[in-house]
Amino acid sequence: MIEDIKILEAVERYITGEMSPDERVYFESLRKSNPEIDQMVVEHTFFLQQIARFEDTRQFKSILNDTHSHLAEKGLIQSPRLKGAAKVFYLFNRYKRTVAIAASVAGIMALSISAMVWSFSPGKSAIKDDVQQLNREITSLKNQTREQGNQIKNIKTQIETTDLVPPDITYTTGGTGFLVDAKGYLVTNAHVIEGAKYVAVQNASGKDLRAKIVYTDVKRDIAILKIIDTGFKIPPAIPYAIRKSSADIAEPIFSLGYPRNDIVYGEGYLAAKTGYNGDTLAVQISINANRGNSGSPIINRKGEIIGVLNARQTSAEGAVFAVQSKYIHDALSHLQKSDSAYQNVKLPSSSSLRTTERTQQVKKISDYVYMVKVN
Amino acid sequence: MHLKAEHSQTALLQGLARNDKKAIETIYKENFNLIQALVINNSGSTEDAKDIFQEAMIVLYQKVGSGSFELNCQIKTFVYSVCRRLWLKRLMQQSRYSLHENTDDLVVVDDEMEDHEKRNTEFTMMEKAMGSLGEPCKSLLEAFYMQKKNMQEIAGSFGYTNAENAKTQKYKCLMRLKKLFFTQYKNDSL
Repeated sequence: MIEDIKILEAVERYITGEMSPDERVYFESLRKSNPEIDQMVVEHTFFLQQIARFEDTRQFKSILNDTHSHLAEKGLIQSPRLKGAAKVFYLFNRYKRTVAIAASVAGIMALSISAMVWSFSPGKSAIKDDVQQLNREITSLKNQTREQGNQIKNIKTQIETTDLVPPDITYTTGGTGFLVDAKGYLVTNAHVIEGAKYVAVQNASGKDLRAKIVYTDVKRDIAILKIIDTGFKIPPAIPYAIRKSSADIAEPIFSLGYPRNDIVYGEGYLAAKTGYNGDTLAVQISINANRGNSGSPIINRKGEIIGVLNARQTSAEGAVFAVQSKYIHDALSHLQKSDSAYQNVKLPSSSSLRTTERTQQVKKISDYVYMVKVN
Repeated sequence: MHLKAEHSQTALLQGLARNDKKAIETIYKENFNLIQALVINNSGSTEDAKDIFQEAMIVLYQKVGSGSFELNCQIKTFVYSVCRRLWLKRLMQQSRYSLHENTDDLVVVDDEMEDHEKRNTEFTMMEKAMGSLGEPCKSLLEAFYMQKKNMQEIAGSFGYTNAENAKTQKYKCLMRLKKLFFTQYKNDSL
């Protein structure tokens, strides 16, 4: 064994050229006379070359990977992990055939459906009814807004003469809002404060506090308000959290809102992970909701807000929709990007109500839910 | 102008041969997007694109490693031709045969592909052999043959009382590695 080690060591030194000239001459003659040693040299040369190549390739691979991440970070090559465009491009290419087929199928479907509707029941299909009902709602909303517009005009003329905030504003519409930062930031629906001239919020004690709109996203139906009234006292830390991830179907939920002058509690469950007509911004919940519930927080049993109640389907009993809570996070980061004045706004990230009993949860949360009044 | 371009190509290849990060980065940057487009346009993912491109870089690296900096075509053409072959091969394994592409700028890379395939198999064999060797053998051999440490240092860092004992251990490990490697090698050649 010691002999073997010595021989192999000699072979290695011979291959790597570490032998002295004398040694080398001696070893070469040994190689010639001894086929076994000769074979050993050949085999070991090959093996050492394999090891060297292996290591070389391995190192090169690691350099390549480093280079890839480095270039991707700098944006010098397209990388989907860092940029959306390439991914979209890739997905588009991958699915463009499917999309094309789907599109033509959809086209044919639409044509045949409209033909059917026209031939069987012109103008009175179930689909149309649903759409009409929704339309009617929109028209009534429009009328409302027009009324509001007129009222606002009246007030405007009043203001123009006085140039001061009138002491008694009659708030005509409203909804619900809830604090997301104890410094006085509330979240409600964008449609609640649409066309607003003045906004006030009213807390459980019935006191009106003036607020201003700092952010609206009509598409996602989210608005952020800030209480600017000197009468506002910063409450203790917000007990609930605003959930970042989406909720699970069948998760029990509850809400607190102001469909009337008193706060009203409602209980239900998450019914679907999408909203009306598969709207991915929203979720469907099963809960009782009425006018004024818009902007109500939807809370799970751990005391995490999972959504903001925003609409009800008129054609289906009990189908209520809520904007997903992750869009509250999105809204705030948009606001902070566009205006550095809001850098210190921070959403509550952990719930202190995880193990609290429901009545206590509601009691604690009530203080942070406000009626939003709009003129 | 033309001469300058030629010159810089040779310089890049020489840089590549000595693992020069800047040269590798330049070649990477100038060619990756084209390959990514090729792979993605032919039902591959971005991960596939990265794999294929890096494999082609290895082919190029091995080619310049053998001392030849004469490509007789642009690096871009070479890399593209190799990637094309590599990706076609993958597609064929998934039984799809044609490519959607918009370039005719190709060179014949048959020899390179053959050579690369052989080396790739050998790399995998060594990787497997190393993987099944176990510790401390693996680290010991890596320290000696790859990090080029001498037996004195190795004895110290592995905790052997002297270099002779480390040598004995190294010998045993080496024999095991060789056995593991050559068993695969022979099986593959059969």
